[in-house]
Amino acid sequence: MSDLHLNIKVWRQNQKNDSGHFETYKVTANEHMSFLEMLDVLNEQLVREKKDPVAFEHDCREGICGTCSMVINGQPHGPLAATTTCQLHMRFFKEGETIVVEPFRASAFPVLKDLVVDRSSFDRIIQSGGFISVNTGQAPDGNAIPIEKDKAGKSFEAAACIGCGACVAACPNGSAMLFTSAKVTHLGLLPQGKVEEEKRVQAMVAQMDKEGFGMCSNIGACEAECPKEIKLENIAYLNRAYLKSVFSGE
Amino acid sequence: MQWLVQFFSSGIGKKVLMSLTGLFLILFLIVHLIGNLQLLKDDGGQAFNLYADFMVHNPLIKTISYGLYFFILLHAVLGLLIAAYNRKLKGQKYAVSNSQKTTWASKNMALLGILILAFIFLHMGDFWFKMKFTDQLNLQTYDGVTVKDLYARVSIAYQELWIVVAYLVGLFALGFHLWHGFQSAFQTLGLNHKKYTPTIKGLGKIYSLVIPLAYAIIPIYHYFFMK
Repeated sequence: MSDLHLNIKVWRQNQKNDSGHFETYKVTANEHMSFLEMLDVLNEQLVREKKDPVAFEHDCREGICGTCSMVINGQPHGPLAATTTCQLHMRFFKEGETIVVEPFRASAFPVLKDLVVDRSSFDRIIQSGGFISVNTGQAPDGNAIPIEKDKAGKSFEAAACIGCGACVAACPNGSAMLFTSAKVTHLGLLPQGKVEEEKRVQAMVAQMDKEGFGMCSNIGACEAECPKEIKLENIAYLNRAYLKSVFSGE
Repeated sequence: MQWLVQFFSSGIGKKVLMSLTGLFLILFLIVHLIGNLQLLKDDGGQAFNLYADFMVHNPLIKTISYGLYFFILLHAVLGLLIAAYNRKLKGQKYAVSNSQKTTWASKNMALLGILILAFIFLHMGDFWFKMKFTDQLNLQTYDGVTVKDLYARVSIAYQELWIVVAYLVGLFALGFHLWHGFQSAFQTLGLNHKKYTPTIKGLGKIYSLVIPLAYAIIPIYHYFFMK
């Protein structure tokens, strides 16, 4: 077990409309700590010094809730592929390294404090149509409907999206197409979700635009940074479903 | 018609418009290249001048050309508006940026587009405008048919080093623009499938190399070998 002596250059912003600035702190962290545990160490240090701790979001700390949101050295969720910040361990950093930690940046994700951003725009996209309106029953009812293996697999892969917003943070256009497309693909490939697809895709795309997310230029930064490896094919699915709903929908 | 207005005011609708106009311009590049390769013919410009005269006077070609001008303008104006809109929505820049997994072209389509647009103004101002709206060009008669000698104007222009360099810069920007744009157009239309997407991506790369290179041959050949 060895300790790392790090310089953490972190974004400090008191509240929504403050301009904010970077501050650098010295932190000694164990290499087996997760990135969030390292920030816990920093915050304990700050509390002891009677300073304001760094605000950051976290919940499950096991890579499935999508709450932790920060950009580490220019990459949402840090340098490790297919990994959330909570699952990123300090052994992937070098002794003496300066690590730059910033909040997710997009005008639809305003910074509330330090590293905490308001991602309720994602909730409103889901509320606009990311659901099935009727109760589809318990697990046995689900199993009663045969679903082609390939489709079930693709739907499941899309369902892996944890809605963390790394796609928006990585996108030079601040676009939420990867997130929205994952939800549309996940539901649209299943018979229970297919029924309402036209209505869903219209409502979710309209809400996405309304929230002030940018348009997709197919750059692929979202796919590269997604901790759940959601693919660009989902965006093509969304485009297809949207075109279909416009030109052949009721 | 309400639904169509709604479609084109959505983000996806605008990108579909970019995609369709882009694909039309991609097709145009092939037709334009084939016609203009006649500039390499060693016949004093007869084939090219007769072809240019046909292109200016044939009613079908004329109709298509109005569509072309419209699509170029639509693609350029809408593209710049989208880029400005997206830029605004990105919010504050990151202090550290790390984007090695994306192509430079994909993030600079607007810049490349501006370069291409500037090139189109230079190109059309020098040839198309003079051919269509002025009497600056000399006349040539082939087998009793009198046509404007556009070939001579082109050949003279390509003796100027700065014009040749400007063309090469324009074509370089075009190549990068196509490197991302070709495959991106299909993705925007929802055409992404393991059956054909690798082929589209491969074709896009070949296209974005071959077409600008083939165009580049014309001014280079005139500059060095047709004094």
